[in-house]
Amino acid sequence: MGTVFEKTRGLTDHVLHYCPGCTHGIIHRILAESLVELGLLDQTVGIVPVGCAVMAYDYFNCDTIEAPHGRAPAVATGVRRALPEATVFTYQGDGDLAAIGTAETVHAATRGENITVIFVNNAIYGMTGGQMAPTSLPSQVTQTTPYGRDPKVAGFPVRVCEMLSTLDGVAFAQRVAVNSPQRVMQAKKAIKKALTVQKERKGFSIVEILSTCPTNWGVTPLEALDWVEEKMVPYYPLGVYKDVSEKGVFSDAD
Amino acid sequence: MANKFLMKGNEALAEAAIRSGCHHFFGYPITPQTEISAYMAKRMPQIGGTFLQAESEIAAINMVLGAASAGVRAMTSSSSPGISLKSEGISYLAGSDVPAVIVNVMRGGPGLGGIQPSQADYWQATKAMGHGDFQVLVYAPSGVQEMAELVGLAFDTADKYRVPAMILADGLLGQMMEPVVFPEQKSDRLPEKTWATTGTKGKRAPNIINSLFLQPDELEQIVKDRFTRYQAIEENEVLAEEFLTDDADLLVVAYGAVARIARSAVRAARERGIKAGLIRPVTLWPFPKKLIAEKAKQAQNILVAEMSMGQMVDDVKLAVLGSSHVHFYGRTGGMVPSPNELLEQIQAIADNREV
Amino acid sequence: MLTNLMIAGFGGQGVLFTGKIIANTGLLEGKEVSWLPSYGPEMRGGTANCSVCVDDEPIGCPIVLEPDILIAMNVPSFDKFIGKVTKGGCVVYDSSLIEAEQTREDIRYRPIPATELAARHHLDKFANIVLLGYTLQAVHFTSYETVCEAIKACVPKSKQKLLTPNLDALRLGYEFQETKS
Repeated sequence: MGTVFEKTRGLTDHVLHYCPGCTHGIIHRILAESLVELGLLDQTVGIVPVGCAVMAYDYFNCDTIEAPHGRAPAVATGVRRALPEATVFTYQGDGDLAAIGTAETVHAATRGENITVIFVNNAIYGMTGGQMAPTSLPSQVTQTTPYGRDPKVAGFPVRVCEMLSTLDGVAFAQRVAVNSPQRVMQAKKAIKKALTVQKERKGFSIVEILSTCPTNWGVTPLEALDWVEEKMVPYYPLGVYKDVSEKGVFSDAD
Repeated sequence: MANKFLMKGNEALAEAAIRSGCHHFFGYPITPQTEISAYMAKRMPQIGGTFLQAESEIAAINMVLGAASAGVRAMTSSSSPGISLKSEGISYLAGSDVPAVIVNVMRGGPGLGGIQPSQADYWQATKAMGHGDFQVLVYAPSGVQEMAELVGLAFDTADKYRVPAMILADGLLGQMMEPVVFPEQKSDRLPEKTWATTGTKGKRAPNIINSLFLQPDELEQIVKDRFTRYQAIEENEVLAEEFLTDDADLLVVAYGAVARIARSAVRAARERGIKAGLIRPVTLWPFPKKLIAEKAKQAQNILVAEMSMGQMVDDVKLAVLGSSHVHFYGRTGGMVPSPNELLEQIQAIADNREV
Repeated sequence: MLTNLMIAGFGGQGVLFTGKIIANTGLLEGKEVSWLPSYGPEMRGGTANCSVCVDDEPIGCPIVLEPDILIAMNVPSFDKFIGKVTKGGCVVYDSSLIEAEQTREDIRYRPIPATELAARHHLDKFANIVLLGYTLQAVHFTSYETVCEAIKACVPKSKQKLLTPNLDALRLGYEFQETKS
């Protein structure tokens, strides 16, 4: 009988520390598989965030840098400029990317920085124990919105792909989810597309992945998959928000 | 004869950085250091290097973290308020053992402060350049020539010990022009950095640049090991200049721009028959405490002069441990003491009276 | 010997450039020199000044508090610094723009209608260099040739068409004869 599944060499043998039902593990796997399948792993430098994925440097089997909270796109910019041939990705959560690191995200994007951002949106601060994230939904109960997020007090959620797709430096922006096998396959395809955009130096690429947090949402792993479908997808519609990968972002600037 | 250029301190520093192999610069405009960015913006494209104007000082220092982690010589510069923003990144550089050079062309503070020269960031640079147990090398140039010389030394020493280094200048040194002769370029080959994150190329295990260690015993050991390197730095890398100290019974201690003013005052005091001398720390960390302690044996009185309310004076007091009278004279907020002001202080101490 | 110079006027009058030329003469003569501008918002249209020190010894304080030579290009600068000029010092000023009473006995006053002279010779933007030429005549801080060399060193390659008017303006000031009324 042939092998039907093999752990990718893009991941180390470290045991992941993520909670049961958290989809970080799936996202790690499909990113690592994509790097291997595109032949990029050995030239890759990954920038990992502060947040639940803070220890991802132990999991990805490539060179990694642990960035200060929110600064991963700036760190990635430094690596990109020093190593023009390398593949550079950041792996960031919603607090990291869309709250404390908004400036770094927006400016790396508008510079058309040739990096790939893997944005894990689970609508909550997981690592610190379930506080409101910039992407927490209206009326969503968190530790710091105990009566539900009231936009009149806490403002509205940030739709990152929509926002970034207005910027000229962005070559590719797609929102995906990983709450079903089919969606996981679509997500992997999007990641591969983003990495290819980078490989061909077409500009900034981002894949936003709707992810689960059963622990802090207070639901079971199975319920969490439904929560993504019922609560998140309506607010954060899936799809390709920008794709100018054919021409690249600098074609008109030459 | 080597070529002499008449250049601003900021520009001389920038050119010398490039000549020291720094081909990656990340900046953000702020007076009085913007000439560094402007110079880099002009020169880097000519040599195939990187000049990038970041969206903030925070982004700039993190771009340095990325580039330096990839093994290249990288630099950023700012002035006092911007350095406060960089302090997060500097702590990460130190905690991840990544060498890089940060330039602070100091201006008056706190807050937005002013834009005139100051030395009020001494404590920040030498004691608390960010959160956590760490030090950065701190070099204090006193003229345009040293702006050029010390930046190369800062890169070399930073690489040698895998620590961040700071050039602590001020608006006066940054803005003034003096003749400068650039130090001869050493070999183009920079030290090999086997720890750098450059991609494994499939030839080695992954390198990780990281400052997170959740096990307290592990973190303690890592910090202690780093402090062993700090000890070596304190033993080997101290720099100071002495002027007329051999027979001095009144010692002036000053650094940077104030030191050159103090030098004029010391010379004038000598003409009045006062046995004054000057010690000018060139490295502020490591601090030349042994030298100061040694010279204090023959000097009953020490005058520390700074453009601050008195910061380095603490280190001088710790160096002499009560063996001499330590007096202080400072101007702050962008005020620069004149040679006559310092001379009056020296005279008053010599006359044993208060001013 | 230490010579402290202060050049002061409005931003845009060429205060810093004049100082740069003087600093370059020191450099050409192998002396220690320093040049320090006032910097900040006042550079953009307000008053600007520039300290230049030339010495045989390393220069201590680069800020000129008491100039031996003051080149004044406007009234506020004249008023601000005239009292600071050292005894036996010299003030060269643009009498087209500054009407001054010569109240100090211990310094030399050297007025020159630099702006008018420059305009008459179609050198409108070069009154600062006319003043520089007259300063050279008044105090001989270096040779005429050295100043010409310094001007050549200071005029950027991209602006070579400005070299001749600079040199013409220098000569104009250098050969100016004060007519006693």
